[in-house]
Amino acid sequence: MKAFSRTDRSVLGRWWWTVDRGMLAALLMLVVVGVALVAAASPPVAERIGAAQFHFVVRHIVFLVPALVIMIGVSMLDTRWIWRTSSVVLGVGVLLMVAVLFTGSEIKGAQRWIPLFGFSLQPSEFVKPAFIVVAAWLIAWQKEKPDFPAWYIMCGVLYAVVVTLLLLQPDFGMTVVVTFVMGVQVFLAGLPFRYMALAGVGGLLMILAAYFAFDHVQSRIDRFLDPASGDNYQIEKALSAFRNGGVIGTGPGQGEVKMTIPDAHADFVFAVAGEELGLVFILILMGIYGFILLRGFQRLAGHERLFAVLAAGGILTMFGLQTFVHMGSNVNILPTKGMTLPFISYGGSSLLASAFAMGIVLALTRRQPRSGIARGGLTLRTKGKA
Amino acid sequence: MNRFSPLSRNTMSLSGEKSSALELARGRLPFVAAFFALAWLLVAMRVFDLTIIQGGFLRTDERSALATAESEQEPVLRAHIVDRNGVLIATTLKTASLYADPKLVLDPDSVAGGLARIFPDLDERDLREKLKSNRRFVWISRNLTPEEQARVLELGEPGLNFRSEPRRIYPQGNLAAHIGGYTDIDGRGLAGIERSFDEVLSAGAEPVRLTLDVRLQYFLRREMAKAVHDFNAVGGAGLVMDVRNGEILAAVSLPDFDPHDPGTADDSARFNRITLGVYEAGSIFKIFSTAALLEFRSASMAQRFDAREPLKRGGHTISDYHAEKRILTLPEVFMYSSNIGSALMGEEVGTENLRDFYRDLGLFAAPDIGIRESGEPLVPYPWRDINTLTASYGHGIAVTPLQIIAAAATIVGSGTLVHPVLVFDETAAGSHNIARNAADLRIVKPQTAHRMRQLLRLVVTDGTGSNADVPGYQVGGKTGTADKIGPHGYDRNRRISSFLGVFPMSSPRYAVLIMIDEPKGNKTSFGYATGGWVAAPAVGNVIAAMGQLLGVPVVEQGEGPDELVASLLKHVHKEEKHLVSY
Repeated sequence: MKAFSRTDRSVLGRWWWTVDRGMLAALLMLVVVGVALVAAASPPVAERIGAAQFHFVVRHIVFLVPALVIMIGVSMLDTRWIWRTSSVVLGVGVLLMVAVLFTGSEIKGAQRWIPLFGFSLQPSEFVKPAFIVVAAWLIAWQKEKPDFPAWYIMCGVLYAVVVTLLLLQPDFGMTVVVTFVMGVQVFLAGLPFRYMALAGVGGLLMILAAYFAFDHVQSRIDRFLDPASGDNYQIEKALSAFRNGGVIGTGPGQGEVKMTIPDAHADFVFAVAGEELGLVFILILMGIYGFILLRGFQRLAGHERLFAVLAAGGILTMFGLQTFVHMGSNVNILPTKGMTLPFISYGGSSLLASAFAMGIVLALTRRQPRSGIARGGLTLRTKGKA
Repeated sequence: MNRFSPLSRNTMSLSGEKSSALELARGRLPFVAAFFALAWLLVAMRVFDLTIIQGGFLRTDERSALATAESEQEPVLRAHIVDRNGVLIATTLKTASLYADPKLVLDPDSVAGGLARIFPDLDERDLREKLKSNRRFVWISRNLTPEEQARVLELGEPGLNFRSEPRRIYPQGNLAAHIGGYTDIDGRGLAGIERSFDEVLSAGAEPVRLTLDVRLQYFLRREMAKAVHDFNAVGGAGLVMDVRNGEILAAVSLPDFDPHDPGTADDSARFNRITLGVYEAGSIFKIFSTAALLEFRSASMAQRFDAREPLKRGGHTISDYHAEKRILTLPEVFMYSSNIGSALMGEEVGTENLRDFYRDLGLFAAPDIGIRESGEPLVPYPWRDINTLTASYGHGIAVTPLQIIAAAATIVGSGTLVHPVLVFDETAAGSHNIARNAADLRIVKPQTAHRMRQLLRLVVTDGTGSNADVPGYQVGGKTGTADKIGPHGYDRNRRISSFLGVFPMSSPRYAVLIMIDEPKGNKTSFGYATGGWVAAPAVGNVIAAMGQLLGVPVVEQGEGPDELVASLLKHVHKEEKHLVSY
């Protein structure tokens, strides 16, 4: 790329030379694959609900433009603006989550959406990354002032608020994601392993509690553990999509089973990929996601700011977990959970929120201008260990 | 910005606590990465399992589901019903059915006129009303002929449209109407195999193959129809069975009906007399009571029964129709069909023994051959001693023709229980080993079975069944004539005349039963309407025809008596007058 010289000091020039271009390229590849798969998967769904054939394709592309703008834009922000933006998004998001409880439109048994400019917005999608950033910031600050756990307490209260709002919708899947990411952040922040084990047990207990508290959670898990116990239409269809695909798939647009998968364009897009593009492509696709994760973790391993490690690490964990749950439930190694595949599934809010989240990761993993010197031994330990 | 902000580079690099926390966090990142690596590996393995190991071969139900999804417009065609040789009894053709979308009909009046000319049975005024209605779909006419369809197309009306609809066709017409059954216009089975196998047939899978042979079905129906016509009868029932494995080769109920249009037939025509109707069979039951005597008392052929006087028991009198008025030997009782003799036999067997024997023969419960038209037999309850006497010559107990032929096959065959079979058992492929008949449930000893074959042959060579004889086929049989129950007890003028024939008697292969309902005597029968005159010739004709068709080996008959009956003849006092009998 000759557009910017290495000495270019403009905002764009600095961004280009410091941002992780490999990860950026991987993310853009996902976007392209996403358009292709939504185009393949959504026409039968659109037909079923009586919309125009390319209804979802058009909307997906319409959402892509602001999504890419948000991702690139956020990736240009510096650390300080990242947490400022996140705080604002978290604040507004939590307010909107309260609002959906009263005014939100109910889709498929849950109140998660608020209408906005003719689109339905799901505030909880945006609260997730924003909360992760703010939590990372609070934890990092606590490490700075270890005397009194005020920041931990704030973090805990915030977590409680977000989780309560999620459970009221109810959105059990997202609750699990937020809790899991929170756990990873606490782990990264240095919680001893024995407490992690305790937390793990606690998490399992919570899932058990949810099993008995929420009917739909119970039926999902029952059907996963004992397929004969209920209607497994979706998952049966998804599995036969993979079987039909084989090694090289039926070819783009040639899938047959996909026509009969409900939500093929969103929660089961991975199965559509399996049928039309086959095992080889699935492995490539998983490679792209894996590359993004490992590349991110690798960049963080050399990072100097605890906040960045916690925030970007948390967001990458969220990104990876969502991907894993989507893939896992498509191939029936996890209970069916309506979770989108980041950047690929149709879904406006999810796309915008994923772009926002990965923008934060791109921003936080940008190469630090003076990192080389700073790590060279200039660290002054004047404060010493208290 | 607070100078303690974690974001300030100063504090960060100056803080030992901070920096050790950072080291810890960075050191723990690989654990998170490892978790995801593991998760990815798990998913990849599972995708490998699905696409490579399970892939390529979709489960068959998935394939059919796929096929169904593809052909959603074209409904699954109802499966065929075929006979044992694969000849179609019922099949499904795609036909066009005409409907209208009144919203698209431009000129209802002229279209109604045009349609009325094509379909003379439709009323023009009704059509006009239909075409002017506000609905989006009205049937005009279902299952059009290609010619009708062409004429409708010539009308060029955009509001008229066709829907491809399956139409059930019965190429054999009336021939197997009661067994095959029929469907309604939407293809739901309403009777016979169409009803009992509705689920299988509507799934459109393999044809349902019956044990029937339409050629034998044709012979049987032809001879029965002739008998019904000649003797001015109200109807009849007939069966042909393979004695060795219970397969029903033919089953006819008269009068019958056109299964394409069962609605126009009356109840009597639709009534299945083979498996649903129960009848008192009369003397055919002497096969069972005589077998019981041989089985339980090891009776000798020389045993004598006093038939000089009507038998008086408990206020009832049992008499013979054309009484011999002498003392009869056991073979004579059978061949002249003496009610008195048979009643005495029943008495000797004993009430409990005879009842148990009948039950073992399957006379007390309707057999399940796979069609739901199944009549429960009427069995006396409580069963008193007098019932034993009457049941010995086939009165006071009513069973289906199917039960009679199966029980007779049991006795003259190998002596083991024969279950009637209607649905072809592909695995056994016509052998002796049809699963249900492989149990070898012995009912009578081989010696008893042999004696009974001799006695049945005697009935045809020298007794009441001589009209059924077919030279070379060693026909044996038994006549039966039962008065029907009228408003004032048994009615002497309304009877069921039957004949059960079996051949070849030295090694029985086929049984043929014909029962004719309310025959009236005519000139050829010298006014008689008994089993020996009405049903026996018909059975003989069926045997002659099917023996040739199936290539049953002809037994060369020398001069003198048949070797089967030779040993019995010394117990028989023969006179040339026994033409009529029960």
